[in-house]
Amino acid sequence: MESNIAIRIEHLGKRYKIGGGPGFDTLRDAITGGVSRIFRRAPRAKREEFWALKDVTFEVEKGEVVGIIGRNGAGKSTLLKILSRITETTEGRARVRGRVRALLEVGTGFHGELTGRENIYVSGAILGMRKAEIDGKFDKIVDFSGVEKFLDTPVKHYSSGMYVRLGFAVAAHLEPEVLLVDEVLAVGDAEFQKRCLGKMDEVAKGGRTVLFVSHNMGAIRALCRRAVWIDGGTSRRAGEASDVVDSYIKGLTEEQEYEKSKQEQAFFVKKVLLKNSRGEISNKISFREDLEIEVHYIAKNEIRNPRFWLFVIGPHGPLFSANMRLDGFRPHKVQGEGSFSCIFKQVPLLPQLYTIRMGAQYEDGVSTLLEDVNIASFYVNSKMSELGLTGALADVLAARATSIMNDYEWRFPDQEPRAISAKKDIAS
Amino acid sequence: MNATVPFQSSERIFVIEPQRGWLDLALGELWRFHDLLWILAKRNIQIRYKQTLLGIGWAVIQPVTSMIIFSVIFGGFAKVPSDGLPYPVFAFAALVPWTYFASTFAAGSTSVSDHGYLITKVYFPRLILPLTPLLSGLLDFLIALCLLAAMMAWYGIVPTPAAAFIPLFVLLLMATSFTVSLWLSAMCAFFRDIKVLVPFLAQLWFFLTPIVYPTSIIPGPWRVFYALNPMTAVVEGFRWSLLGKAAPDGGLILASSALVAGALFFGLIFFRRMERSFVDVV
Repeated sequence: MESNIAIRIEHLGKRYKIGGGPGFDTLRDAITGGVSRIFRRAPRAKREEFWALKDVTFEVEKGEVVGIIGRNGAGKSTLLKILSRITETTEGRARVRGRVRALLEVGTGFHGELTGRENIYVSGAILGMRKAEIDGKFDKIVDFSGVEKFLDTPVKHYSSGMYVRLGFAVAAHLEPEVLLVDEVLAVGDAEFQKRCLGKMDEVAKGGRTVLFVSHNMGAIRALCRRAVWIDGGTSRRAGEASDVVDSYIKGLTEEQEYEKSKQEQAFFVKKVLLKNSRGEISNKISFREDLEIEVHYIAKNEIRNPRFWLFVIGPHGPLFSANMRLDGFRPHKVQGEGSFSCIFKQVPLLPQLYTIRMGAQYEDGVSTLLEDVNIASFYVNSKMSELGLTGALADVLAARATSIMNDYEWRFPDQEPRAISAKKDIAS
Repeated sequence: MNATVPFQSSERIFVIEPQRGWLDLALGELWRFHDLLWILAKRNIQIRYKQTLLGIGWAVIQPVTSMIIFSVIFGGFAKVPSDGLPYPVFAFAALVPWTYFASTFAAGSTSVSDHGYLITKVYFPRLILPLTPLLSGLLDFLIALCLLAAMMAWYGIVPTPAAAFIPLFVLLLMATSFTVSLWLSAMCAFFRDIKVLVPFLAQLWFFLTPIVYPTSIIPGPWRVFYALNPMTAVVEGFRWSLLGKAAPDGGLILASSALVAGALFFGLIFFRRMERSFVDVV
């Protein structure tokens, strides 16, 4: 393996067997199962095979931060578990240069009855540190956690915030050559998330290699130079983080475009195209850019004066909509194959992943023409600094902030007013 | 699963691939994690000390209460012979190793299934789990041993030079406890019945070991079967080396030791074979 390669994964596969096998829960089941097989010559309970990972191949260079993205159940966590040796691989091979430490949860090995001090040692040792190593880093860990006052209190009396901070403080001082991180950032408050991301950034800048599984596309884009998209247990695409994220989001939309089961309906969505303000087809827009949603439909019969609505839904819920039930606009009719567009002007959305949901009613305003259905996803791609948001790690934190952003201005008596606006020439 | 190739000074290349072969016990890997074993054993003691009212007092109360009851019922009422030794010392010398055995194999047997929350989250040699109670049980064992010394002083029993052999019997005791823990903990990961079986097994084993009675009351032909129980050799060894009772049958001790060594070796192979699936079943 060349010396600049930190991780080389070749044709990695993981098979699970479902049913039968040593998965008996009680001895009785195992014995009766065995006995009945002898007497009835019944075939062994059929074991279904399931490949959680199949033929995963990619490389990570030393000092790279690589994001692993994919839908739930795509195999991302299985991959981390194989690399961290929690579970075995069924086939293929992975080679990793240096110590690997995995951060799959916060507070691994913590015991409620033990004090913070005692738990630092237990958790540290379980995560793979030697005792001397923990001794040496003890003060730094305590400092980082900010719980020094409660160091001799059993952690069962800690608030969940303190617990998480202490747990992360231990994990943050592992200092491995290769760090595997799985969505731990999903827990804790914004302050904690900032700490986590800051630490990851620091680890990466220190020339270590990080593999980062996340649904936070903002974090992936901000922290990772490269990304790997795992889909259906295999590596579907690897490359520049922003390219991989784009094709991942595009993939999400393609799957949502129309569902075959709905084809029998009186009205269904055949295809959806998203366009930016220049009219180019894209799932990516910038902050305050226009977003055009072009819906291609098939209506079996002539439908007069239908009512449509399109909702934009962010990570925290619905945000705004174009809704004929409210605005009173009525299309004359839809019939056969056709299309219509809706343009949202100057969409004030921060860089996050959004979904568009559509529904429709007949003229009567009561009967359903189209059940609410997700028809597309898009991503807002903007640098926070261009919006005048210059906070540390703002690009990463934006992915978890409220989605809509309006212009505003801070006024403090002893300071110049500070206007935050979408324009690139801020505070002018 | 994990062969390591030296590379440069500090960086090694870990190779992760499907595990093959039956004989790779990965004991070197176990050694790399010996700090973890130590810290987990300490944790066990700390937790027990904090969660219970009497804490470490249980180390004294448990064997002493048993000793008093056995002395009254078996030594007093039933007039069970005790090879010419005062019955309380006779019983206690056996209860010291027995209590260690019973508590370690109970904790050891469920060690894998009890730590599912660790097995699914972090890698470490799984052998650490059944090994931990072996180490944390030693504190109680040493306290009980001191009590035994005090009782011997009280009855005026002076240890013979055979006391020098006591470490060997302690070793046999630990090996026996570990062997039983190995087999049962690996099985317990798959079959939860083992949890129910353990107290029952402990009770049967207790009566099959000469704790409340001497081996001398066992009819000759039956003694062969006693060689199959390594705890007989341990108890006999304790009584001989500390209390100066007649020397046990050397053949019995050798046979027991060989049995334990064999069961331990195959237990390690069995455990290593089974541990690949722990993460999927716990």
